[in-house]
Amino acid sequence: MARMKFLLDSDRCIECNACVTACKNEHEVPWGINRRRVVTLNDGRPGERSISMACMHCTDAPCAAVCPVSCFYTTADAIVLHDKDLCIGCGYCFYACPFGAPQYPRVGNFGSRGKMDKCTYCAGGPQADNSPAEYTQYGANRIAEGKLPLCAEMCSTKALLAGDGDMIAQIYRERVQRRGYGAGAWGWRTAYRETVAV
Amino acid sequence: MRALLLALLLACAGLTAQAQTAPAPLSDRDQSSAEELELQRTLQGGRIEGRITIPNQQAATLIQPAGREWRAFHNRTLAWVGGVAVVGMLALLAIFFFSRGRIRIEGGPSGQTIQRFNILERANHWMVASCFIILGLSGLNLTFGRHLLLPMVGPEAFTAVSQWGKYAHNFLSFPFALGLVVMFLLWVRDNIPNRRDITWFKMGGGFIGKGHPAAERFNAGQKVVFWITILGGGAVAASGYFLIFPFAATDIAGMQLSHIVHSLLAVLMIAAMLAHIYIGSLGMEGAIDAMSSGQVDVKWAKEHHSLWVEEEMGKTPAGAKHV
Repeated sequence: MARMKFLLDSDRCIECNACVTACKNEHEVPWGINRRRVVTLNDGRPGERSISMACMHCTDAPCAAVCPVSCFYTTADAIVLHDKDLCIGCGYCFYACPFGAPQYPRVGNFGSRGKMDKCTYCAGGPQADNSPAEYTQYGANRIAEGKLPLCAEMCSTKALLAGDGDMIAQIYRERVQRRGYGAGAWGWRTAYRETVAV
Repeated sequence: MRALLLALLLACAGLTAQAQTAPAPLSDRDQSSAEELELQRTLQGGRIEGRITIPNQQAATLIQPAGREWRAFHNRTLAWVGGVAVVGMLALLAIFFFSRGRIRIEGGPSGQTIQRFNILERANHWMVASCFIILGLSGLNLTFGRHLLLPMVGPEAFTAVSQWGKYAHNFLSFPFALGLVVMFLLWVRDNIPNRRDITWFKMGGGFIGKGHPAAERFNAGQKVVFWITILGGGAVAASGYFLIFPFAATDIAGMQLSHIVHSLLAVLMIAAMLAHIYIGSLGMEGAIDAMSSGQVDVKWAKEHHSLWVEEEMGKTPAGAKHV
């Protein structure tokens, strides 16, 4: 089986936010929830670069490790998913997540969080594939249709790559060799405990 | 003259050519290597932050490596500290019970009683106590539930329990905090530490060895319980309000710190309160009356609070009320 990963080539990202918009539209994500976001480092200064970030589907995922109700599971493609019927919205996964991926709809009193929502790698959830129940809770399941995540598929500069880790690392490596520079794979050291050696 | 002009022109051209061959260095590109930056921040315990165009400014943090330390705290440190504190205290109490036995009133109760706590004091005590028990159990459930309760009841039932536990934990924090304030106002006067407390500790509080040390309304042991409740409970409540209103007053590091303070103090308080519950019920004959009916046996009172009894007797000419 493939080991699915995201790779962001920040030498190509132009901060157009199309990945963010595509994600919100594809999954009909509620207002205030951002499964994917673009962060700009060194804004307006030399060395400015933008990085599109979502759940990285970590190896030995911290969210799953700290969840008090054990609602996370990992698919055969190493995609980290969770069961919203089991989530209690305690917020622990956000404290543990290095990438700020978990999102919570604000419901009820005080800062009371609803059930956590995050990037599913367009792979839905534990409900039957592409059922209305799955779509309402988790959004579209493109993986079940044999497609890759929409954010990466429609990235105009192909800065965001999704797919098998070895394959996207090879694409990135060839790019870096051809153009002679590359900032590296953002979040890989933290998420997968490895880097893309060029 | 013409030669001079030509030379000048050539020199100028040379200068411009030199300027053109030295463009701005590309070093900026290399400075922000993703791997380097991530490693650096992980080692420093810092965060990689930038600018974001969505309203949620929390999302401007790209990578926060401190989550790893928090995970280690939650899964290892807290589980061990909490486990040892709670199970260890239960074991200590069991050993104490089987070696010392129930502390009885010497020669049995007298049948004469004296009022120890009025209705307001008792009602407030039980409001704080009942809140604390539910807060404590629902809190322990978040750390230990998935190892102990989840395998027994299954994921759906466990989620239902934990969800209601979360609601109870949030809402009962308010009567708990209110009760602490009332408790402080009612009892602080009688809980100021003084020299007699040192003697009380030197004599082992009457738990170890023979004879009861003289004590006023609250003995040194009770004063310790009072201050653990007020200071510990106050700190647990304060850190809890940071968690109940997430990110209202602090950032991710503050939330992690609030959780660490909250959970560590809470498990230690649970251990302390187990001892308090034991000695107030099973561990000592006559102690529970103080908080149930409010009327304690005069003999019990003279053993444990001799100076307080003398003062109370002096107040009313009738002295203790006959039953």
